[in-house]
Amino acid sequence: MTNIAHRNKRRRLRRFIPLYIMLLPGLAYLAINNYMPLFGLSIAFKDINFRKGIWHSDWIGFQNFEYLFKTSDAWIITRNTLLYNAVFIVLGLAMAVAVAILLNEIKNRFASRLYQSVIILPFLISIILVSYLVYAMLSMDTGFINKTVLPALGLDPINWYNEPKYWPYILTIVNLWKGTGYSCIVFLAAIIGIDPEYYEAAKLDGASKWMQIRKITIPMITPVIIMLTLLGIGRIFYSDFGLFYQVPMNSGALFSTTNVIDTYVFRGLMQLGDIGMSSAAGFYQSLVGFVLVLISNYVVRKINKENALF
Amino acid sequence: MDKENRIWQWAAHIMMIVLSLACVLPFVLLFMASITDESSIVKHGYTLFPSVLSLDAYDYLWKQSDQIFHAYGVTILVTAVGTAASLIMTSLLAYPLSRKDLPGGQVIAFIVFFTLLFNGGLVPTYLVYTQIFHLKNTIFALLVPWLLMNGFNVLLMRTFFSTTIPTAVLESASIDGAGEFRTYFRVVLPLSAPILATVGMFQALGYWNDWNNGLVFVTNPDLFSLQNVLNRIMSDIQFLTSNSRMGTSQALAQLPSETFRMAIAVIGVIPILIVYPFFQKYFVKGMTIGAVKG
Repeated sequence: MTNIAHRNKRRRLRRFIPLYIMLLPGLAYLAINNYMPLFGLSIAFKDINFRKGIWHSDWIGFQNFEYLFKTSDAWIITRNTLLYNAVFIVLGLAMAVAVAILLNEIKNRFASRLYQSVIILPFLISIILVSYLVYAMLSMDTGFINKTVLPALGLDPINWYNEPKYWPYILTIVNLWKGTGYSCIVFLAAIIGIDPEYYEAAKLDGASKWMQIRKITIPMITPVIIMLTLLGIGRIFYSDFGLFYQVPMNSGALFSTTNVIDTYVFRGLMQLGDIGMSSAAGFYQSLVGFVLVLISNYVVRKINKENALF
Repeated sequence: MDKENRIWQWAAHIMMIVLSLACVLPFVLLFMASITDESSIVKHGYTLFPSVLSLDAYDYLWKQSDQIFHAYGVTILVTAVGTAASLIMTSLLAYPLSRKDLPGGQVIAFIVFFTLLFNGGLVPTYLVYTQIFHLKNTIFALLVPWLLMNGFNVLLMRTFFSTTIPTAVLESASIDGAGEFRTYFRVVLPLSAPILATVGMFQALGYWNDWNNGLVFVTNPDLFSLQNVLNRIMSDIQFLTSNSRMGTSQALAQLPSETFRMAIAVIGVIPILIVYPFFQKYFVKGMTIGAVKG
C-alpha cells in the first residue's frame, strides 16, 4: 500500500521533470550573476593582496569600514545620494502627476498621442547621448547657454564643468527631463481608469475643473503615488550611475556635488584600484538598501496588500 | 462651463507644447550643430540657426567609418542575440513558476525574487566575471550581465502567464498528449505575444543603450559598442583617429572636432528615432503593464 503511494508520488514528480528542466538555465544564471557575488561581499572585510589572490587575502575585520567612514567621502556620498534621490522622488512625482492630469484634459486624440510620444523621447536614449546633449548646452566655449542664452541676458559665460554649485540643479533638470515622459504615462493609465461617473456627478453639482482634479483625480491616484514614493524610498541608496558619472563628464572639480555611492564604488574599483574601500562602500550600500526595501515594502503592505512586492 | 473647458484646453495645450519643445529642442540643437561649419561653431557656439552650413563632419565620419560601422555591428549583434536569449531564458523560468501545481515552486520563486532585494554590488560582480569566468574583453561581457535584468522581467511574465492563460487550455493540451515543452512552445508562447513584445522591447532598449558593461569589462576597441565609442569620443576626440588606418597626424589636422562629436551623436540617436514609432503602441501598453507591479 505504502509502496503504491510512494510510486504514485514518484510518478507525479516525474511528470514535472520537463518543467524543472525549463527552470535550469535561468536558475543557473541567477546563481552565477546574483548569488555568487554575495560571497564576494566578504572582501569588504579583507585586506586585498593580489599576490595572495582575492579569495585568500587576510581577514581584517572592519578596518575597511573604519577607513571609509573616517574620510569625508563617506559623508559626502551618503548625503548626495540621499538628497538627490529625495528631490528626484518629490519633484519627479509632482511633475509626472501634473503632466498626466494635463494630458488627460486634452480631448484631441491626435495631439495627445503626439505629445506623449514626444515627451517620452528622452527616456529612450542612452545616458551617453544625454551627456552629449548637456554638453551641447553647457560647453564652456561653444555651448548654447554660454554663447546664446547668457549673452542675451547680458551675463558672463560660466565654466559649468568646473562649478559644483550649479550641478544639483543641472542634474535635477536632466533627471526630470529624462524621466517625466515615462512616469507620466504610468499616472495617465491610472487616471484613465477612473470611472467617468464621478466626474459626471461632480459636474452636475457644479464643481469646477480645479475642484474635480483636487477632489476626484488626485485622491483616486493617491495609492499609485504612495506606492511609487515607497518604491523610490526603497531604492534611495542607489542612484542612476550614468546620470552622475556621464553627465558631469566625470569631472573631478564637481565631485563635491556629483559623487554618489555608485560613482564612488566605480571609481574606487576601476580608476583608483582601491578595492578595500570600494567594496566597503558597496557593502554599506547593499545592506542599507536591503533594509530600506524591507521597510518600505512593510509599509506598502500595511497600506495595500495588493501592491506590496512580497 | 464651456468657457472653463476651453480655458483648460488652451492651458493644457500650451503647457504640453512647451514641454514637448523642451524635449525636442536639444535634439534639434544637436542636429544643427552637426551640420554647421566648424569655424562658425568656434565663433558662435552651437545654435539652433547656424549661419554657415557644412557637411564636413559627416564627410569625415564617412572616411572614418570603419570603427563606427564596426561598433554598429557589435551593438546590433549584442541587441539581437541578447534580446532573443533573454526572452527564451526569462520565459522558460517564468512559465514553470506560473504553474501553481509545481512542487517547490514557491521556494524557487523566492530564490528569483530575492535577487531583486539584495545584491553583491559592483565589486564582487566584477570579480566574479573577471576572475572566475574571465569574461573581460569578450563579447559575452556585453551579453551576459543583462540576461535576466535581475529577475524583474521574470515576475512580470509569470504574472502574465498565470493571469491570462487559462488552466483549462493547458489541461486540454496535456490530454491531447502534448508534453510540457510542446505545450510551452505551441500553446503558451503564441498566446503571450503582448508580454513577449513588452519584455523584448525593454531588453532590446537596454542592450542598445548599454554602455556600462563595455565600460567595466571591455578595453579592446574591437568590442566597443556604439555607446562605448560615443563615450570614448566624448572624452577623447582622438580616439577614432588613433584607431583608424589613416595617418594620425594628418587625420587629426583636418578633424572638425566640435561638429564631429555632434555628428556622431546624431547617428547614434537616429536608429531609435526611426524604430520607435513602429513600437510606440506596444511601448505605451508595456509600460502600463510594467507599472501595475512596480
